[in-house]
Amino acid sequence: MALRFEPRKGTSRAMLIATPLLAVLLTLVAGVILFLSLNIEAGAALYHFFIEPLESLSSIGEVLIKAAPLIMIAVGLAVGFRANVWNIGAEGQLTLGAIASGGVALAFWHSEGAYILPLMMLAGILGGMAWAAIPAFLRARFQVNEILSSLMLSYVAGLLLSTLVYGPWKDPEGMNFPQSRMFNDSETIAPLIEGTRIHIGVAIALLVVLVAAVLIERTLVGFEIKVAGLAPAAARLAGFRQNRLTWLSFLLSGGLAGLAGMLEVAGPIGQLVPVITPGYGFTAIIVAFLGRLNPIGILFAGLLMALSYVGGENAQIAVGLPRAATGVFQGLLLFFLLATDFLVRYRVRWIHRGRQEVRS
Amino acid sequence: MSLDILVPMTLTVIGAATPLLFAALGELVVERSGVLNLGVEGMMLAGAVVGFIAVAGTGSHAFGLLAAALAGAGMALLFGFLTLTLRANQVATGLALTIFGIGLSALIGVKHVGIPIPALPKLDIPGLSDLPVIGPLLFGHDILVYLSLALTIGIAWFLARTRQGLILRACGEADLSAHSIGYHVIRVRYCAVLFGGAMSGLGGAYLSMAATPMWIENMVAGRGWIALALVAFGSWRPWRVLFGAYLFGGVTILQLYLQGSGILSIPSQVMSMLPYLATIILLTVIASGSWRGRLDAPACLGKTFSPPS
Amino acid sequence: MLLNINRRRFLQGTAAAATGLVAVPGLHSARAAEPLKVGFVYVGPIGDYGFTHGHDVGRRELEKHYGDKVKTTYVENVAEGPDAERVIRQLAQQGNSLIFTTSFGFMEQTLRVAKQFPKVKFEHCTGYKTAPNMSAYNSRFYEGRAIVGHIAGKLSKTGKIGYVASFPIPEVVMGINATALAARKVRPDAEVRVVWVNSWFDPAKESDAAKALIDQGVDIMTQHTDSPAPLQVAEARGILGVGQASDMRQYAPKAQLTAIVDEWGDYYIDRAKAVMDGTWKSQSVWYGFKEHMLKMAPYGDAVPEALRKECDAMVADTISGKFHAFSGPIKNQKGEVVVKAGERMSDADLLKMNWYVEGVTA
Repeated sequence: MALRFEPRKGTSRAMLIATPLLAVLLTLVAGVILFLSLNIEAGAALYHFFIEPLESLSSIGEVLIKAAPLIMIAVGLAVGFRANVWNIGAEGQLTLGAIASGGVALAFWHSEGAYILPLMMLAGILGGMAWAAIPAFLRARFQVNEILSSLMLSYVAGLLLSTLVYGPWKDPEGMNFPQSRMFNDSETIAPLIEGTRIHIGVAIALLVVLVAAVLIERTLVGFEIKVAGLAPAAARLAGFRQNRLTWLSFLLSGGLAGLAGMLEVAGPIGQLVPVITPGYGFTAIIVAFLGRLNPIGILFAGLLMALSYVGGENAQIAVGLPRAATGVFQGLLLFFLLATDFLVRYRVRWIHRGRQEVRS
Repeated sequence: MSLDILVPMTLTVIGAATPLLFAALGELVVERSGVLNLGVEGMMLAGAVVGFIAVAGTGSHAFGLLAAALAGAGMALLFGFLTLTLRANQVATGLALTIFGIGLSALIGVKHVGIPIPALPKLDIPGLSDLPVIGPLLFGHDILVYLSLALTIGIAWFLARTRQGLILRACGEADLSAHSIGYHVIRVRYCAVLFGGAMSGLGGAYLSMAATPMWIENMVAGRGWIALALVAFGSWRPWRVLFGAYLFGGVTILQLYLQGSGILSIPSQVMSMLPYLATIILLTVIASGSWRGRLDAPACLGKTFSPPS
Repeated sequence: MLLNINRRRFLQGTAAAATGLVAVPGLHSARAAEPLKVGFVYVGPIGDYGFTHGHDVGRRELEKHYGDKVKTTYVENVAEGPDAERVIRQLAQQGNSLIFTTSFGFMEQTLRVAKQFPKVKFEHCTGYKTAPNMSAYNSRFYEGRAIVGHIAGKLSKTGKIGYVASFPIPEVVMGINATALAARKVRPDAEVRVVWVNSWFDPAKESDAAKALIDQGVDIMTQHTDSPAPLQVAEARGILGVGQASDMRQYAPKAQLTAIVDEWGDYYIDRAKAVMDGTWKSQSVWYGFKEHMLKMAPYGDAVPEALRKECDAMVADTISGKFHAFSGPIKNQKGEVVVKAGERMSDADLLKMNWYVEGVTA
């Protein structure tokens, strides 16, 4: 007997729904084993992980505001990943978005008006784009590998923000602590729903998903991106310019990351601080691939990822699950999701020896 | 700063570059076979904690190094099973491996925080180690430093001069052709991935056994990511990766020494940017020079291989 | 602001109300079986062997002291920002009546949640903002730094003292200055060389920074980063050093002169008692040797007997108020007198210190 994998013709719709459920089931089993081995009540831990965050509107809101930046950034990154453009530096682009929009907020600190927030938003997008333009330019002009440049620039962005909040942008009344002034009311995004922290960013993320879904399916640019990723040689033959796609991918993903950064500082944070993001730019890469680089898939992947973070905190609080175990559990969840994804694309068959064997 | 500081400073640079070099060389081999494993940080942490525990338990550094390499390879095996056998996406799996590794290492290391172990001894060659300048520079290191350099030579030779190296590169550049000629692409990639994991494990062990003999949660502190970037910096060539690791380590250390000398008063955040900027700028210079066009990643990098049936 | 009163919050509200009214005898006995729930929010992992580790030791002392009467919960590795606010709120919703948030970067978030949960008591570490139900607490680490500076000034042969530092926040700047002032009092040409690693926590980089300092003539190593790495380097290179946050002797049996040990346990025990007694009041405290928020670890063999006596006397004088680390005359790096002879820097000026004293190279 031997295992044989046969590619499916197209993806299996039934499996598309069944595999995430299977993955969650496997994760639950693995989770029970993990938690029991740590002497933690497994049922309670799983309840706090997966159910509790969805029990009240305010905690659903927490999942949503955590998912929004992940989804927004992942949609942008997915476009690049489809076109074989490896932007690993969304973290830095997010930070630059925060710096640029925060700079506007500080410049207009004495002013009020409905125009300030849109201006901050624009600055955030442009800031992210500008930071993304560097690896795009280096790649297009000098063939400098973008994995290196975008990743290294993320560190530089963090240090740049640090330089500003420890230096010129420090709150004059802030006892010399590394933080800017709190933005004024015209510069902060109020929650959309009373009693939650759900802000406009959640709606924007959803909009981004919808627009991206339409663009990729219905436009020529979307087609170019698809082809460039699937068959670079064919794309060149058809006259699609790789450089144009490099620029497009970077500016799009950088702009979205910058927007996410703006929404963080103008939303739940409300000022510039030395660190804006708990790794959204990196986590978004997983979200992008977990969602199969498809905007709708990314929507669900982002929500699941956010749920696992919020749930992990809850389990820590309620049953004393160590943070480290949360990481292990998240890792397992991701492994199972990625592993079962296999069933969407392949049929597994047992075949008897003696028949024609397929080389692995 | 004076000239006689150059020798001790170089020693510090070697210490900073060695863990990066191990992890980057390992990842280089992995990537040359066509696989992108972004889980370097997680594998380094696994090596760091398991190596540490092994030394703390047995007192044997040799056993610790072996355990660290095995731990890294074990993590890589998980990655390989998912990406090569189950054909899961490599980028996502690698990142998941990092999340998993950070958590797992913290979990199994929790009882070992705050315990010291003896540092990996430096090889002391009587007579030679005492020579001025050359002595400390060439003869006073621990075994891993020599091993990292030997591996650079070995890997360069392996990739360029051996049949197996050629097969490995073929799998990375043209997996379908390699398959059609009759090579076991998946088997080759498994070997590369396991080797990469073992190397990351050793890189992690260098931190927990040699550089700072201690275990502290998350002590790799992002070096796995730097190693990953260095592979691209070195345009997938061992000697250039060696250069990259020493450049990055060198600039990092240089700025610390400059701060310590007190001769420059630049905000320390700006100083800390230098190693990152230096690698970008230097790669740009290299790329715009005569090596241009030879900087491409392996053609199949990151792509899942499905044998045609 | 928070109007969605679901079932859990309602229950929590009544529980908190009950704790607020413990003075009423009937209610007290009815609630006696219910332990006081105390929450802790940490910025790092408890395995950092530094700042967070220190707080967690305090938390465990609190639990040990009260046994069944107190139940503590902690959340580690909480990112500053929106995540912190959620965690703090979650702890409040889960019925914790007293919540300690132990990083400067949690200040605004603690304040926000405190406004939404007026019955819950909050305690924020190393910040400056307070509210009717939110206290600020911090430790006068600089008192320990002065002892370290004194020892360093006495024992250094080269007169160069190394300082591996994290970020230039007032807390760290103050520590550097206290070290330099005390060292220069006994050795006027002493200088403090600072290397910033721009991280609270990166053992290998901290170790490299220590090497950079030692290679340039430093023979006493001090630090304001979390890991024992700089001290470990001091041991390996045969120079002397000082432990940070906890007694780190096991990493440097020969090199460790002493260590500035964080002692949060007593404070946590006191504040939990205040909540149980119904006497908790919002306050802003900055405790030192006197209130046992820090102490010096036992001296290492390298500290001679006479010097130990001097140090003990300094600690005693600090407690009695006779000695203050920031007594004038104090000059800045340009040599200008900033604090005149006979004057002392005020707490307010210390807490926002952003300049270096003479003898510091940073």
